[in-house]
Amino acid sequence: MSLPLEYSVTLPDGNTFTQPTGLFINNEFVKSVSGKTLDSINPSTSEVNGTVYCAEEEDVDIAVKAARAAFKDWKKVTGVDRGILLNKVADAFEAQRDLIGAIEAWDSGKTKEQNAVYDIDECISCFRYFAGWADKIQGKVIQNDPKKLAYTIHEPLGVCGQIIPWNYPLAMAAWKLAPALAAGNVVVLKTSEITPLSLLYVARLFKDAGFPAGVVNIISGFGAVAGKALSSHLDVDKIAFTGSTATGKLIQQAAASNLKAVTLECGGKSPLIIREDADLEQAVKWAAIGIMSNQGQICTSTSRVYVHESVYDKFLEEYTAHVKEAYKQGSMFDSEAVVGPQVSKVQRDKVLSYIEIGKKEGARLLLGGEKNSEGELSKGFYIKPTIFADIKPEMRIVNEEIFGPVVVVGKFSSDEEVITYANQTQYGLGAAIFTKDITVAHTMAAEIQAGMVWINSSNDSDVHIPFGGVKMSGVGRELGEYGLSIYTQAKAIHVNLGNKL
Amino acid sequence: MSLPLFVPIKLPNGTTYEQPTGLFINNEFVQSKSKKTFGTVSPSTEEEITQVYEAFSEDIDDAVEAATAAFHSSWSTSDPQVRMKVLYKLADLIDEHADTLAHIEALDNGKSLMCSKGDVALTAAYFRSCAGWTDKIKGSVIETGDTHFNYTRREPIGVCGQIIPWNFPLLMASWKLGPVLCTGCTTVLKTAESTPLSALYLASLIKEAGAPPGVVNVVSGFGPTAGAPISSHPKIKKVAFTGSTATGRHIMKAAAESNLKKVTLELGGKSPNIVFDDADVKSTIQHLVTGIFYNTGEVCCAGSRIYVQEGIYDKIVSEFKNAAESLKIGDPFKEDTFMGAQTSQLQLDKILKYIDIGKKEGATVITGGERFGNKGYFIKPTIFGDVKEDHQIVRDEIFGPVVTITKFKTVEEVIALANDSEYGLAAGVHTTNLSTAISVSNKINSGTIWVNTYNDFHPMVPFGGYSQSGIGREMGEEALDNYTQVKAVRIGLSQ
Repeated sequence: MSLPLEYSVTLPDGNTFTQPTGLFINNEFVKSVSGKTLDSINPSTSEVNGTVYCAEEEDVDIAVKAARAAFKDWKKVTGVDRGILLNKVADAFEAQRDLIGAIEAWDSGKTKEQNAVYDIDECISCFRYFAGWADKIQGKVIQNDPKKLAYTIHEPLGVCGQIIPWNYPLAMAAWKLAPALAAGNVVVLKTSEITPLSLLYVARLFKDAGFPAGVVNIISGFGAVAGKALSSHLDVDKIAFTGSTATGKLIQQAAASNLKAVTLECGGKSPLIIREDADLEQAVKWAAIGIMSNQGQICTSTSRVYVHESVYDKFLEEYTAHVKEAYKQGSMFDSEAVVGPQVSKVQRDKVLSYIEIGKKEGARLLLGGEKNSEGELSKGFYIKPTIFADIKPEMRIVNEEIFGPVVVVGKFSSDEEVITYANQTQYGLGAAIFTKDITVAHTMAAEIQAGMVWINSSNDSDVHIPFGGVKMSGVGRELGEYGLSIYTQAKAIHVNLGNKL
Repeated sequence: MSLPLFVPIKLPNGTTYEQPTGLFINNEFVQSKSKKTFGTVSPSTEEEITQVYEAFSEDIDDAVEAATAAFHSSWSTSDPQVRMKVLYKLADLIDEHADTLAHIEALDNGKSLMCSKGDVALTAAYFRSCAGWTDKIKGSVIETGDTHFNYTRREPIGVCGQIIPWNFPLLMASWKLGPVLCTGCTTVLKTAESTPLSALYLASLIKEAGAPPGVVNVVSGFGPTAGAPISSHPKIKKVAFTGSTATGRHIMKAAAESNLKKVTLELGGKSPNIVFDDADVKSTIQHLVTGIFYNTGEVCCAGSRIYVQEGIYDKIVSEFKNAAESLKIGDPFKEDTFMGAQTSQLQLDKILKYIDIGKKEGATVITGGERFGNKGYFIKPTIFGDVKEDHQIVRDEIFGPVVTITKFKTVEEVIALANDSEYGLAAGVHTTNLSTAISVSNKINSGTIWVNTYNDFHPMVPFGGYSQSGIGREMGEEALDNYTQVKAVRIGLSQ
């Protein structure tokens, strides 16, 4: 008896819905050719949330073929019409905000009221923003030669493979799908094997909005199998990946099979710098939200905090008190909870191992540093918000990405010193600077090696503003107008108006 | 008994709708302070449709106060996606009310339903395009070295005055209001006195779409008593006008004499429509017809001077004559009517006078040349041949379904003829030769060149005139320039 293509779910908040399990190809949910499936685990209870069909190489091939066939007609659809479809998707997210937020919380461990529903708002904003761009993708006319009409058109790349992570399943899907579709591409998107459920539910919204069959294809599967097949596929024109730096390297290599375009959003170990003249109360709050949101599972989390020696002790005292008070831990459907469980057992164990490393390396533990086994929480993958202080530059917990609610804090005495610390890792994703000095703010922002710098805030991202990293944090920028350029290519057309041989 | 603020109007299709009659200020329909009203007439029946309230200078003052307060509210400083939402909702509402709007337009302007339905669709499409721009207005960061951080910002200009014509009442309202709503400006918009109705209906949709009070104010009134106070108002920072070149001149003067408010103008035209020997005859004829008979020729960019290369002249003239004579003219509410009525007695008289001048100047009437019927302001599609370049009917804008047709020999000759005009709004080029198309387009002094098409608009393509056809561009990304101003911020980074 093979797995049914859908099953009913009732969530702890009372929401009920039908969860699809198939691979979404050509606007239909289908079984994997081999019948292979994978389980998705509830991070709060360790139980199986559901089983879904799992794509292997042959399924990826079917999806790519569907996308390629759809591209022929999709290329002819006007930007105005693409914008209308994207707006319909935004409308649908808006109409079901509570339910979709609940599904996202249920499968990812995000707390629903304090976290997941805001991700849904971000999805809406992202689809609306790129819907507005769809009819505004313009080439240039280059007027240097009266005997030639030279112009560029910004054409879509074609079939785009997209691989997204588990930390923001729907938001990451929105960041990938919206610009790609606005620019006229067709997509095959693979979700993370840890969080396959929410996007399968949402897939139907694309069909309902009127996207033709084959334009949007969504598959569940493992990175090593389906991800590999997609990134090395000879008929895929571009691969876009968000995930770990280690996997990013593999994807870039696999893409060499047909020289497909590659964009990568990888890891980070973003520094947050607090100077002597900073507004300390604000710095404390932003430094908390910058690492404890989403259980610290954010690529741009400001996971290293450097505080000027003159305010170091005061900061640590206020910071510890603030995190303890404001970052309540609880399950996804606990409306007061800010910090939920880590997404999986593997992630939880990885974070715990870094905590042990930190203790061994001699960092001072100010808060947390262990599992949270209180009552019901013992069933899930909970880690207490953790603060390490008195770090030294060579510590592993200072240089390696932990991806959990664990922050490391150190002191500095001069701007030159802290800029060196900021730039010491292999990463360069985000950075935050707290100061009132305009000169220092702008010059430090210019000197720090990062794709994004926040001055007097942290993780204050916005769909209008480009997002991405330098060094081992990635290649390319998503979001903003820049986000369109990674989904188009310029074709230059020369019309001879009189150059005769 | 004063005029009610809402009047039921029965449409020829049997439905009745509520027509607002007041001045729309601060999201409310109000009586004019003087309580004065004026009537608007249906051009296809010559009967009065309804009275509406008439704005005078004191009402303009009230509207400007409302717009000023609204500009200083969070409207222009809050998240642009708020404005995006209003514009998308407005477009959706226009789609919902499309049928009513098309009927109001045909009733008040006289144009056929065929034309007014197209206007309504373009109106919704333009608001939708503007919605997408709201959060994409950007400045630049300019590198001048380590000592400074320089950036530019594009900021909304502020309170605008907008004066629109009677030939596309609803569509012209959208070209003006779209960028205002998009950029965070606020406005006082005055409709043409002969076509006040559709913009008032639109105003109620703008309120329903969520525009805060005072952002959009719509008043009905006459040029000298309501338009003039707008162009010279000390608190209006920018005036946008579409209409005749003569009035445009007054407005620019008044703007300069009052407070140097910014001015954009969409004025008249006498656009050349050029047919080369190698043109595709069948489709060219369609574009010649659209060029001058669409919207009964009451189009600023009408292709009102046709130039045909000698090799194809006779064929084109004969087929164009046949096409003109087979156009359906009459009751705007009949599904297959192409040409409705001219918009007013005044316009009718003006066009008939030019037809008379043409005959006296010695031009040949190839077809038409007279009124159609004796009720309603209908004129037969009119083609004049055997004209000379210095004839008045070749030089002056007639603004009706009257076109001149002239033979030419060479490319150089026709480019000179095309450019011999004080206007420069649009031009048409019909050819199957790519080089001809591009090099002729590059040489004609007009703001829009249509190649193998005509009167063919899209929200993303800018429109506006060279020379005395105007200043500035509407639609496209360029429209945003008219409603924003650039601020440069240069920060000294002292070490």
